[in-house]
Amino acid sequence: MATLAGANHSGLRWDDRLERMRLFGLSSPALLLVLLVLVIPVGWLFAVSFIGEGGQLSLENYQRMLDSKAYYRIFVTTFQVSILTTGLCILIGYPLAYFMSELPSRAANLCMIAVLLPFWTSLLVRTYAWLVLLQKKGLVNDLGIALGLWDEPLKLVHNMGGTLIGMTHIMLPFLILPVYGSMKAVDRDYLKAASNLGATPVRAFWTVFFPLTTPGLFAGALMVFILCLGFYVTPAVLGGGKVTLVSMKIVSNIELFVSWGAASALGVVLLAITVGILWIASSFLKLEQLTGGGH
Amino acid sequence: MPGWFGKSATETQITHGQRLWLYIFAGIVMALLLAPTLIVIPMSFSDSQYLEFPPREWSLRWYENYFGSVEWMQATATSLKAGLFTMLVATPVGTLAAYGLHTARVAFVRATFALLITPMMVPVVLIAIGAFYAYVQMDILYTLTGLVMAHTVMALPLVLIVIGSALKSFDMDLEQAARSLGAPRWQAFLTITLPQIRFAVVTSALLAFLTSFDEVVVAMFISGGDNATLTRNMFNSLRDQIDPTIAAISTIMIVVTTLMMVLAQVFGKRRTGG
Amino acid sequence: MRAEAREALPISIQGVTKTYGTVHALDNVSLDVRSGEFLTLLGPSGSGKTTLLMVIAGFTRPDCGSLKFGDREVIRTPPHLRDLGMTFQSYALFPHMSVAGNVGYPLRLRKVPKAEIAARVAKALETVQLGGYGDRRIDQLSGGQKQRVALARSIVFEPRILLMDEPLSALDKKLRDQMQIELRHLHEKLGMTTVYVTHDQREALTMSDRIAVVNKGRIMQLAAPRDLYERPANRFVADFIGDSTFLTVTRQGGEICYGDMPLRLAAPPPDAKDLALMLRPERILLSSEGPRDGANNFTATATEVVYQGDSYLLQARLKDGTEITMRGGVRGASISALPSVGDAVTLTIAPEDTVLIDGGTY
Repeated sequence: MATLAGANHSGLRWDDRLERMRLFGLSSPALLLVLLVLVIPVGWLFAVSFIGEGGQLSLENYQRMLDSKAYYRIFVTTFQVSILTTGLCILIGYPLAYFMSELPSRAANLCMIAVLLPFWTSLLVRTYAWLVLLQKKGLVNDLGIALGLWDEPLKLVHNMGGTLIGMTHIMLPFLILPVYGSMKAVDRDYLKAASNLGATPVRAFWTVFFPLTTPGLFAGALMVFILCLGFYVTPAVLGGGKVTLVSMKIVSNIELFVSWGAASALGVVLLAITVGILWIASSFLKLEQLTGGGH
Repeated sequence: MPGWFGKSATETQITHGQRLWLYIFAGIVMALLLAPTLIVIPMSFSDSQYLEFPPREWSLRWYENYFGSVEWMQATATSLKAGLFTMLVATPVGTLAAYGLHTARVAFVRATFALLITPMMVPVVLIAIGAFYAYVQMDILYTLTGLVMAHTVMALPLVLIVIGSALKSFDMDLEQAARSLGAPRWQAFLTITLPQIRFAVVTSALLAFLTSFDEVVVAMFISGGDNATLTRNMFNSLRDQIDPTIAAISTIMIVVTTLMMVLAQVFGKRRTGG
Repeated sequence: MRAEAREALPISIQGVTKTYGTVHALDNVSLDVRSGEFLTLLGPSGSGKTTLLMVIAGFTRPDCGSLKFGDREVIRTPPHLRDLGMTFQSYALFPHMSVAGNVGYPLRLRKVPKAEIAARVAKALETVQLGGYGDRRIDQLSGGQKQRVALARSIVFEPRILLMDEPLSALDKKLRDQMQIELRHLHEKLGMTTVYVTHDQREALTMSDRIAVVNKGRIMQLAAPRDLYERPANRFVADFIGDSTFLTVTRQGGEICYGDMPLRLAAPPPDAKDLALMLRPERILLSSEGPRDGANNFTATATEVVYQGDSYLLQARLKDGTEITMRGGVRGASISALPSVGDAVTLTIAPEDTVLIDGGTY
């Protein structure tokens, strides 16, 4: 573009630049904090992961992960838990969201409380509650025996089952909210058109309604999966040491063994996996949809 | 009752009867969503040493235990302070950033937004050990300052998203009108834009508070000693032996959370006023 | 009583250009608005008229150019220091303030004492005929009332220049017609230099001292309404203002001809490469006795005759296939004389109404 030699040209360009810089500069305190607390420390960790026992540059931390059976099992467990939790959330959350989307707005808002109240309740409180409910003398076992569903108290906690139950409960709102959003956005006229054209309600649902809700479903499922990958509190408490996830190994590496090399290498791998998944997903979905668009 | 089953629930003439399974399912799920949260409350009044539901005898001993313990009270104070300061820092910092990113016509706005959102996407453990490592170097480990800094960074994404979305639906013409009438940008923002987005500001302030108050993993690493948070102590207690005092604390936390939600509604709803 | 009214300021725009990528929103625009005049920027959407207004207001920074209010160069002055009154298409009334709160806002910014604010707000509301509405909330107002409040807010601090961005486009026709006249009266009473943006040519013709027709970032013509209508500078302007039929004419020998018929003119033709004959529907006459002496005559076949109560519309096709539209008045005696579809008709136009314009496309 040829430079314009008009009156005030350079002055106006300067004004424009200055204004843009000043407005962008409003985000500098936030950037500074994120830099200090997140970017630089994670950068440090990244560097530390390449330092071996003797203090020299080495890949031994990563090598250890590849060689060790224990690490392999930990990664498998983490993925298992994440996939299963995501699946359970979809199976349970999607119908509930559908139910709510069909309600008149006042009833829907009321039901929303059932979703939001646990969402706002502390993670610890909910985890603790499940710990109590699922123990041998807990309410679930008492009810099950009373209803004749089983005879002996089942071991529902300190294992995979308990972990899954707890995590599904925590993660459900993360799935329901975006899915509900995209369901509300579906114009019910589409279903009427399908019905008029000869589709049974079931057919109309699967061929018209469901496809239109996939963006919200995808966004929700992605969010749940990523959160599960890095989750710590609930599996730590409800897994009782039997179910070990990557996050827990990282913590134990630091707390018990003070092994920064191992912990940071694990962390880097976990981060890489998370970023990788997000990156792949971003080709299907814009970042904005995850964080507050919905559709 | 039988008549209701035959009535249609949708315009495509699906009846309530055909949908019964959905209603029952939804009912069960909602009950299961609420139950764990609510169950803690009666449990906290149980007299038993063991976690019991339904409680056989009622008492306030766990509350007495909580309020009587110096350790618990100090931890509560720390958590409240951290929550308050996080709210006071994250809200303005986040609002400014949201406004700046919304109005600056610069190429790297989206990248900056993504960067500021990363604390939400990165596994908490990483943030925790990273902060731990960094704080040791900076000598702010186990301080309130360090805790507030970390919690602010974790709360920022929420503030950005909530306020960013409010700004998107805000009619910038109003700010322009104010500026045409003689208000410089900052004044137009304070007198015109801010009042219009105050619901978002209040919501994000509350979210910031709750993010800090409920936070466990990072606090586990960087808070300690005198500055241990409530959640940190609760978690340690959960891992060691199950102390029913936790039920009492949990109940109080539920009450506090619900209170905050109600406050948010109250402050937000008052959209009228001259 | 208001202190000595401040003198209205002239606006001088010189060489203003604004590009977005490769698109010229404004292309080297120069314009002088006289002190106290009501000037309208008229053009289709995307023509640049709103961009120009935003440049004057300070919300759009041009790539280069000069903007003066009186003697003062203001191109680099931020919008809040330009001391202009401005109304927006969406009214932009602050929802969290009452009517009085809105109107008093600029006075509060200027640190006017409270008692004086109340008085001036009341006076401004009176001026727009909303006296006593001070305590109302914005969401209680109708469209027309909101418009007036926006106006009151923009004049309460006695600016010397007023900018209006399509203020009436959201109102229904009747209200719009009424407001046009009211705005014109207000302008005459207050005397500020006013720049008005609209796409409605009738509105522009009703209200303005001068009109600047804008297209593709350039000013096509700047003239008083009458001159614009009677003597448009080019085809775009002629087409935009009023409805006309255009016939291509050629220079043959020393004369201007339509086909092989020379035209009788009352004024010399403009100096342009392509010429067109502009036929305004209301200037064409239907001749019942055949061709008229001294006038320009066209034979055509009626294709459409529409009775519209106060007038009738006649569409006819010329020999070469061009469709002409004419509009005539209806009087009791002439109703029966209206032609039917398929009839041969003679359309005549007096030399004074035979207007030639620059036929080039812009």
